[in-house]
Amino acid sequence: MRNPLAIIGQVVLASLAEIGRLSKFSATAISSIFMPPVYWRHVLKQMWLIGYNSLPVVGLTALFTGAALAQQIYVGGSRFNAASVVPGVVVIAIVRELGPVLGGLMVAGRVSSAMAAELGTMRVTEQIDALVTLSTDPFKYLVAPRLIAAVITLPLLVIIANIIGVLGGYLIGTGRLGLNEGTYLQVTVDFLERADVISSLVKASVFGFFIALMGSYHGYNSRGGAQGVGKATTNAVVSAFIAILLANLIITVIVFGGRGA
Amino acid sequence: MSTDLKIQLKDVHKGFGPKKVLQGIDLEVPKGQSVVIIGGSGTGKSVMLKCILGILNPDQGEIFVDGEDVTKFSSRARKKTLAKFGMLFQGAALFDSLPVWENVAFGLIQGKGMNRKDAQEIAIEKLRRVGLGADVGNLSPAELSGGMQKRVGLARAIATEPEIIFFDEPTTGLDPIMADVINDLIVECVKDLGATTLSITHDMASARKIADRIAMLYHGKIIWDGAKDEIDSSGNDHVDQFIHGRAQGPIEMELLKL
Repeated sequence: MRNPLAIIGQVVLASLAEIGRLSKFSATAISSIFMPPVYWRHVLKQMWLIGYNSLPVVGLTALFTGAALAQQIYVGGSRFNAASVVPGVVVIAIVRELGPVLGGLMVAGRVSSAMAAELGTMRVTEQIDALVTLSTDPFKYLVAPRLIAAVITLPLLVIIANIIGVLGGYLIGTGRLGLNEGTYLQVTVDFLERADVISSLVKASVFGFFIALMGSYHGYNSRGGAQGVGKATTNAVVSAFIAILLANLIITVIVFGGRGA
Repeated sequence: MSTDLKIQLKDVHKGFGPKKVLQGIDLEVPKGQSVVIIGGSGTGKSVMLKCILGILNPDQGEIFVDGEDVTKFSSRARKKTLAKFGMLFQGAALFDSLPVWENVAFGLIQGKGMNRKDAQEIAIEKLRRVGLGADVGNLSPAELSGGMQKRVGLARAIATEPEIIFFDEPTTGLDPIMADVINDLIVECVKDLGATTLSITHDMASARKIADRIAMLYHGKIIWDGAKDEIDSSGNDHVDQFIHGRAQGPIEMELLKL
């Protein structure tokens, strides 16, 4: 039986070392974005893979979530004769939190895993080393285009997710709950503030960064054949999820923490 | 130091955690010579190549390429030095997202900034050099057999006409005839370019064919180094056991202890 204190110490040291490695990787990756050359063809390809291919899953998530949200708020609101708050609460919940967070999580599930698997396979088959021997910086060639593409694409996806989420609420609200169509849209527009939209897009960009960062980091550093790539893929998704949820909390507290009362 | 040394390693150490892989490598590769490093699996042959390329940083020691210590290089200077190198990887390491011709042309397009059309012409020429037709150029690497992948890897390694070429287990995973074809191609291509080469292998037939000089790596050190013809009379038990592929001998004793 090992000393429990020693085990705790080892876990703490290992975590700190991991955070250090991740920070170093991020710094190298970010600096590689700002130094030429930028591989724009790769950026466009990644934008297509991240953005267009994620549309169905992000759209469906937003639609169903917006609809379910409207139903629940209606049930809760009717107790206080406040069923008319449905459009306002739906739009705020979707734009401020659910659109970016659920969109980010769905894209992380699709994209971080795919990046980790692709870069991980390139790592274990020595393709990344081969890049170096061909005078090509793997950070510029592989990592930077993914980061740029994700940071640009996620806000676009989240705008669409927000619209579809509100639409989901609208469909349930007007179709099932008997709310007036014109009033629904009017209340939606009245409730929505510029800060909501901006924070939504900022969140989306930050989530995009973490999605690409975690996918690239775990893939780039994977080792040990097929098993290692599998592990990298899992770690990429889990760490991207945690990073998104934590970053969301921090941005929410910064942007909306001063309000209320 | 003498200027006609292309690569020189002085007391190079490299470990991963508690595992000491390289424990003081001293090696000299004169210009134009083909040196083959032999040694069992896991003796640090690949790690040594990666240290020279700067993919790994040695913990201790100096590595000179053309008289310059590459371990002290900035990333910019390292990139300039890397342009002198070509490498054939063990699993060929072809980029599976690109067609064969773009793999061969990669160093020309990305590394040297050549336009795609000229690079494609050179790529097809290099493919022909290793015995592959232009039609192969449009295939994806996944559609090729192991032997063809090795040929494409060789074409990619020589495409930029490097001064130094590394061969990492060039014949591993090939049948004896294909292995000999690759060995012949390596010898021819190296002669064409007048390149300096450093190869690692545990295939003695391949070593005898492509080497001018053979060195044996064991326990992170070069334990024997000599001309190709001297290897049968090395007087070193470890070398004798290795080149004759005997299970019994000093190396086995070490393995059992682990």
